[in-house]
Amino acid sequence: MKTDELIAMLATGAEAVDAPARNRGVAAALAAGLGAAVLLMAGLLGLQPELAREVHLPQFWLRELFCAALGLIALVGVRRLAHPGTRLGFVPLALAAPLLLMWSAAAYVLLDAAPDYRMDLVMGHTARVCSALIALVSAPVFVAVIWAMRRHAPTRLALSGGAAGLASGAVGALVYTLHCPELAPPFLAVWYVLGMLIPAGCGALLGPRLLRW
Amino acid sequence: MQTSEERLRGLLLRGLAGDAAAYHAFLVDLAGHLRAFLRKRLASLPDEVEDLVQESLIAVHNQRHTYDPAQPLTAWVVALARYKLIDLLRRRSRQDLLHDPLDEDSEQLLAVDGEAAEARRDLAKLLDTLPQRQRMPIVCVKLEGLSVAETAIRTGMSESAVKVGIHRGLKALAARIRSGT
Repeated sequence: MKTDELIAMLATGAEAVDAPARNRGVAAALAAGLGAAVLLMAGLLGLQPELAREVHLPQFWLRELFCAALGLIALVGVRRLAHPGTRLGFVPLALAAPLLLMWSAAAYVLLDAAPDYRMDLVMGHTARVCSALIALVSAPVFVAVIWAMRRHAPTRLALSGGAAGLASGAVGALVYTLHCPELAPPFLAVWYVLGMLIPAGCGALLGPRLLRW
Repeated sequence: MQTSEERLRGLLLRGLAGDAAAYHAFLVDLAGHLRAFLRKRLASLPDEVEDLVQESLIAVHNQRHTYDPAQPLTAWVVALARYKLIDLLRRRSRQDLLHDPLDEDSEQLLAVDGEAAEARRDLAKLLDTLPQRQRMPIVCVKLEGLSVAETAIRTGMSESAVKVGIHRGLKALAARIRSGT
């Protein structure tokens, strides 16, 4: 087939692109992923019984804000990576901001605490399972974000997979906070970050295979 | 150079809104730019140029919904073409061809090369390998120029199945190019 014939073929009957419908599809997939993560957390782990009391604590909101900020910024990165020729721009720096804030808060709390008590602050009661559970809860979100990316055209596949993983890890962590009893910044600075990095690493490894087009 | 970007962008935007003639003009114009862009970067593989032009055109078509009207068209096209170029080089695992840096920021689709060489890969033959429910809609709508409704009547498929068949068929075509040749 000659190139002219191919062009004629591609252009013949080419209909208008329905951008709103596509955006609705992506939004629906992300909502479904989020919903599945909430169900997974509630069904498998259960809501934190102290939740009603904790919502009055500033640490609770620091934790929510931390996860939500990372998730939203990573999703902006995902969106940009899904559109060819779009620059990441401020996204890497913006991702660093909540991390640095959390790590600073953790350092402040640790320095302020009695030396014997510091290890307890980092380990909390659930250090052994926290990161793995965050990764587990983020799995449905990961599937949704990858599905959405596959409907677009990422050109940097490992980076795109990593960003998809980080976004789902952060959203998964946000969902996991509804179960998690830990509020201390030193704990969050280690185990939450690790929990988000597990899907991010998986995404970076799987990206070239999952996202190729 | 502004005019080239603006002209192409205007044609594409009309095409995305459903103006098939403008979309055709866009692809014709773009093919010349792609040919020049790829010929320069595939100097040591001149036989591959036309195949890659075709592959890039299919990519542009299949991914046309990822063009954000707020962004420069050139950046979008170059990113797609470069992705397909790197994919080809990787497929051939000829990394030594990457002498020409592929990440120059200043790259523009300025030049035009209207001289199409013969493509080595025959897309018509690849099209024949698609399953019936993808091939028939493409043949009827895209090659014979029937409407979706006429195609639905002729093939006994529903209209949405015709549309889905075209969409999936063109994606499958790109996938076959990728895994074959």
